[in-house]
Amino acid sequence: MADSTAALSIRGVTKEFATPEGGVVRALDDVSLEIDEGSFTVLLGPSGCGKTTLLRSIAGLETPDAGEIRLRGERIDDEPVWKRRVNTVFQSYALFPHMTVAQNIAFGLEMDRVPKAEIAKAVESSLAMVRLEGLGGRRPSQLSGGQQQRVALARALAKKPEVLLLDEPLSALDLKLRRGMQMELKRLQRETSITFVLVTHDQEEAMAMADTVAVFDSGRIAQVGEPRDVYLRPRTRFVADFIGEANVLPATFLSDRADVDALGVLEADLLSGTEGLTSGQPGFVAMRPENILWSRDEQGQARVVDVTFVGGDLHIDVLVGEHPCAIRTSSHVAEPPRVGEALRLEFPAGSVRWVTD
Amino acid sequence: MIRRARGSGEALKDFPLFGVMSAAVFGFLYLPLLFVVGYSFNENRVVTVWKGFTFDWYVDVLQNDDIQRALMNSLRVATVATALSVLFALGLAIGMLRLARAGSTLAWGLIGAPLIIPEIVFAIGTLSLFVQVRFSLGVDAITLAHTAFCIPFALLPIRARLRSVDLSVYEAAADLGANEWRIFRRITLPLLVPGIVAGALLAFIISLDDFIVSYFLAGPGGTTLPVYIFGMIRNAITPGVNALSTLLLLVSVLIVSISYVISRRKR
Repeated sequence: MADSTAALSIRGVTKEFATPEGGVVRALDDVSLEIDEGSFTVLLGPSGCGKTTLLRSIAGLETPDAGEIRLRGERIDDEPVWKRRVNTVFQSYALFPHMTVAQNIAFGLEMDRVPKAEIAKAVESSLAMVRLEGLGGRRPSQLSGGQQQRVALARALAKKPEVLLLDEPLSALDLKLRRGMQMELKRLQRETSITFVLVTHDQEEAMAMADTVAVFDSGRIAQVGEPRDVYLRPRTRFVADFIGEANVLPATFLSDRADVDALGVLEADLLSGTEGLTSGQPGFVAMRPENILWSRDEQGQARVVDVTFVGGDLHIDVLVGEHPCAIRTSSHVAEPPRVGEALRLEFPAGSVRWVTD
Repeated sequence: MIRRARGSGEALKDFPLFGVMSAAVFGFLYLPLLFVVGYSFNENRVVTVWKGFTFDWYVDVLQNDDIQRALMNSLRVATVATALSVLFALGLAIGMLRLARAGSTLAWGLIGAPLIIPEIVFAIGTLSLFVQVRFSLGVDAITLAHTAFCIPFALLPIRARLRSVDLSVYEAAADLGANEWRIFRRITLPLLVPGIVAGALLAFIISLDDFIVSYFLAGPGGTTLPVYIFGMIRNAITPGVNALSTLLLLVSVLIVSISYVISRRKR
């Protein structure tokens, strides 16, 4: 079923690498993903989860062992790198050190044999787009890290690619600069309406920029969706824990309730994500720290281990049976709990999420 | 007891006999050179007795037809051997980049052999080979042999330079639409220029200064400058030998200096 609005369509892509020890690592395991035209899609996951391998496979810098990659419906996985109408912003920027900023930006257009006058105009407008007017004559080594990053962006965007691939582009920048560049990238994506596919391991970065986020877990895509949706409705234990913070407890599903280890039975109205489950099915429940209500109760299931004030937030660490749990609440409570006290935990309706392993 | 170094320089200076040993080393290195250079200006035909200052020997040497021929031979050999060895080294360096680590180490070991093989062994081997295949001795034979042992010297700086370049730069070029040839022309080659220049100068000097291999393969008419100088001293060390040696030394120092300046500036 071909999706006509997909800028990129990835089907069953698998890639294995030989390790130096003689073993085999499956970096991508039958990965399929549709990326919408004009979207800002973020591939998110911890290092070594395969997200960069997928990005490099789209660019043509890696050759998948199986599967197909289509760009606007046409197969590109057998085309050489230099023929693909996608461009990449590399993690290390990979600017050409022997060329000026302007020459760097012009390089891709020269490869397409664009007339000189047009190239000059395109270089000027690219520099303006990334706010580096007047720096065209500098060498990359004369620029700051943030400026080099902008040159790498301008160079890749100058060719007006059908898809722009960004490989952890902000990881080398300091925190403050990174926040600014996140907004900048979003602006650029809106202004150019080019499809952006960005790889990152930083879930906050993903949340801040993505229209669609694809969460990777050891070579597979665990979940795809809008950031808010993935946050509110994680499907696996891994996603719940990787996106934001989650308390994950083992549980058994009993017709319409969940029997949670050390916590007791939670009624159906508290649960979400239990559609299609059969009674007796084992799994996990995930609860966000800010979604846990507490009250003092000597018969409570949780025992306070630590209490920390973090500005407006009060962090309460408790043990539920043997399971550590984190609770976030407002610092303005009249009487914060003390270490050793027993607490009774309650949950707002629908806030306990059923997740699989 | 071993004294702890406060600053490495200070600790070294405190080492007993540091001064004496340094003086001995530098004496051995540079006194002979000073001797050669100094006596090349000696007016006396008897080399070891100083009589007065003169440039006559230089004039003599530069007007000597045999010396001029030997010099031309040397320059021709060095130029061609440099060009060829740099070309090979360039190909090898780029090829080795694509080899797996083990393969690259093996290749480097094999190519670098001339750095450790006794030159006399290489010379005898080359001579035997050329005689066997009836390749006539002379300038061409020397050029071929020089090319072979200059390759590792040309390869060293080229390889160092190539390895210092971030590999993603080539990927970026391909990503921006450059095919293999254009990556080579626009990215690889320009980035390698400092390495190539340094490698070429090194190869040129190694070839220009070589005696043993050239001596074995010279044959009639293939006399290079070092071989000619050796011939001169078989009779006696004359101030002419000193003058010629000084000129050769001057060229070598000049080339090394150029190489140094280029490598510094292009960093």
